[in-house]
Amino acid sequence: MGIIKASRLIYDYIRRDEDDHVEEVNRAIDGLDLDIKAGDFVAILGHNGSGKSTFAKQVNGILLPTEGTVWISGMNTTDDDHIWDIRKTAGMVFQNPDNQIIGNIVEEDVGFGPENLGVPTDEIWRRVDESLAAVGMTAYRLKSPNKLSGGQKQRVAIAGVMAMKPQCIILDEPTAMLDPNGRKEVIRTVHELNKKEGITVLLITHYMEEVIEADRVIVMDDGRLVMDGTPREVFSRVRELKDYRLDVPQVTELAYELKQEGAELPDGILTIEELTEHLLPILQPDEIQEEIIAGSESEI
Amino acid sequence: MIREITLGQYYPVDSVLHRLDSRTKLFGTMVFIISLFLANSLVAYGIATLFLALAIYLSKVPFSFMVRGLKAILFLLLISVSFNLFLTPGAEAFRIGFLKITWEGMRLAGFMALRLIYLVIGSSIMTLTTTPNELTDGLEKSLGFLKRVGVPVHEISMMMSIALRFIPILVEETDKIMKAQMARGADFESGNLIQKARNMVPLLVPLFISAFRRATDLAMAMEARCYHGGDGRTKMKPLCYKHRDHVTYLVYLLYLVVIVLFRG
Amino acid sequence: MSIRAEHINYIYGEGTAFEQYALKDVSFEIGDGQFIGLIGHTGSGKSTLIQHLNGLLRASSGKIYYNGKDIYEDGYDMRALRSQVGLVFQYPEHQLFEVDVFSDVCFGPKNQGLSGEEIKERAREALTQVGLEERFWSQSPFELSGGQKRRVAIAGVLAMQPEVLILDEPTAGLDPKGRDEILDEISALHRAKKMTIILVSHSMEDIARYADRIMVMSRGEKLFDAPPKEVFRHYKKLEEIGLAAPQITYVVRQLREKGVPLEENITTVEEAKMAILAILRQTGKAGNRE
Repeated sequence: MGIIKASRLIYDYIRRDEDDHVEEVNRAIDGLDLDIKAGDFVAILGHNGSGKSTFAKQVNGILLPTEGTVWISGMNTTDDDHIWDIRKTAGMVFQNPDNQIIGNIVEEDVGFGPENLGVPTDEIWRRVDESLAAVGMTAYRLKSPNKLSGGQKQRVAIAGVMAMKPQCIILDEPTAMLDPNGRKEVIRTVHELNKKEGITVLLITHYMEEVIEADRVIVMDDGRLVMDGTPREVFSRVRELKDYRLDVPQVTELAYELKQEGAELPDGILTIEELTEHLLPILQPDEIQEEIIAGSESEI
Repeated sequence: MIREITLGQYYPVDSVLHRLDSRTKLFGTMVFIISLFLANSLVAYGIATLFLALAIYLSKVPFSFMVRGLKAILFLLLISVSFNLFLTPGAEAFRIGFLKITWEGMRLAGFMALRLIYLVIGSSIMTLTTTPNELTDGLEKSLGFLKRVGVPVHEISMMMSIALRFIPILVEETDKIMKAQMARGADFESGNLIQKARNMVPLLVPLFISAFRRATDLAMAMEARCYHGGDGRTKMKPLCYKHRDHVTYLVYLLYLVVIVLFRG
Repeated sequence: MSIRAEHINYIYGEGTAFEQYALKDVSFEIGDGQFIGLIGHTGSGKSTLIQHLNGLLRASSGKIYYNGKDIYEDGYDMRALRSQVGLVFQYPEHQLFEVDVFSDVCFGPKNQGLSGEEIKERAREALTQVGLEERFWSQSPFELSGGQKRRVAIAGVLAMQPEVLILDEPTAGLDPKGRDEILDEISALHRAKKMTIILVSHSMEDIARYADRIMVMSRGEKLFDAPPKEVFRHYKKLEEIGLAAPQITYVVRQLREKGVPLEENITTVEEAKMAILAILRQTGKAGNRE
């Protein structure tokens, strides 16, 4: 069993009227089976309303399954005795950077989690120092969060989670409200934590460029897992992704379109370099290549 | 407008006052306020002025910055001064029309003005040298004894600290909403009082909805970071009295004694 | 009809130690029926700029003319300007307030002082234009999905029947499909109504697809103002200020450098596909499926 495991997970949002009668049942997760290996960088894709954010909240024990089970590091999320262990093991970063920073000063916010866990004072300081360094925000430790950019605020939020010494971080659309620079900043930070500290990352997003370097990509639709594989495997199925209201990077789309027209290209091209490398041999007109050869011969 | 209010703002420099324990500063502010109400002679006010001047000097906050905070109470100041000036009975000094100004009135009005100004400057020194978090921590700990009679001291101080964090965010948001509605032709300025109130609806509804949303989000984020009330919580910056705090308390005691002796 | 801005400066905290130029000597003219992409990173001044165009912010110096009239002239009707230059802000949550979608869209025309019947007519038209189905009209705007909220917000401005429509990042936070849908609708408005559009966006890919002119802002100054193909030629400079040209332009450039005879001005997937296929067909390396 991996660090996160969901088995036949179902979650219903239930809306009740004033007399507590069930008015509407909305199934957000519908029979999800998932097993995530420790140390992996896993991206979850899905359009708005596909159930991906609901799943993130299940992992942290903020929402509990209607049916089925979720285990974090072997602990069942419905087990009341372990709820703080679960939240400490699987830390969570949310979408809106403003609505998750509690402290009025960066370092005090990072210390908030350890304070709640009852960590001794000098150990809190050590953890705050380490966490701020890990996300590259040490220079801003005495600043007010209101003075930071969106990307910096999200890095502070990540540091706040790191200070709880988690094994796993779940990021629920952490870049949705950021500009391209902020997005890059956050994604780079998360990759570093994954590589250097061995933290398992669960990144929920709908920006396709952010998942290219993930170890594993999962696509959710209608509360179900519909695609699962490496980025290359998933991105080679362009049509399917579009049916799930998703997109692919421009180069992937161009390669796919050309392949559909009969061009000889491999599946799931992800980067500019890959595409040009594979296009060159079939695009360079033979005459040019001959000319080059002829030119070099005549010089001799 | 809102930016001009320096009362309750923190001024980030490193000074002896900044380094004092927030409880010491809270207590000091109280001592100073009490002394202002005890003082009733020029000598006593002279001593209070010295005490205040020392605090201003030690705080390393520019004096002009504190004076700006007085703007907020200018109106209150005018009212209380004129009340004292015109309505105190006693020997007439001179007369402007039907208004009689007495020697006693001038004396009282002068002291009243000084008292108010000193009060504002005194308490702003505390907030200027103490971060909101230190302040709420200090309050939480000083009022800790109230917990025994069922007052949720920790929760109240947590609420204060969160409010301080979100006030600037909501101010900015109000500005954005106003602009968004003005772009649709909303008018927040003209009309009588009732119309004005009605015109505020397009501003207040989005603002409240957003505030509630932020509150829900924040509650979730706090829970995700294992917040479960004040029990079993440790402190990153625990309050503990240092040598300088003990010395300061001694200064307070001396000051009070002197004020009482010369209160007049 | 046009918007003309001449040497606009906007200074925060003028005369204090914190004095800062949010806009610095910005001039341009926007003609009728153009589709303009306005791009720049956070703090580049693009949001400040668009708020000048409908008079929400007043320039510290410089002049703005709308249809030839100086908007800073005494007695100029700012409220009329705001209904002619419609501005949709980034977050629909900042403007939705009514109990149902339809009444919310009526807010703009009502402020214009129109008659009851006309208000309703305009709201109906605007909601249809943004493609929001009628069954949503009586719902609370707060219960809609992100994309639908965005549509209601746009309809709320369209109902004032502006001549110019400015949209501040209308696709932020939407999923890819939602993004394309909103942009397609904006593009349809542009074509059908000949409306002048100013689209503020972070995404060069989106702008390349729709805009016929791009203005790039950086540190309060207008850095480029030209058709997309020309702007993307300066990709090095764009990268320096934290932006980048669309991926496709990089592919095309690299191929051209290796001697592949592609046109330099290709900026979209569709254009690239057509151009590459044309070469492949010549050399007989692509299947002739058509």
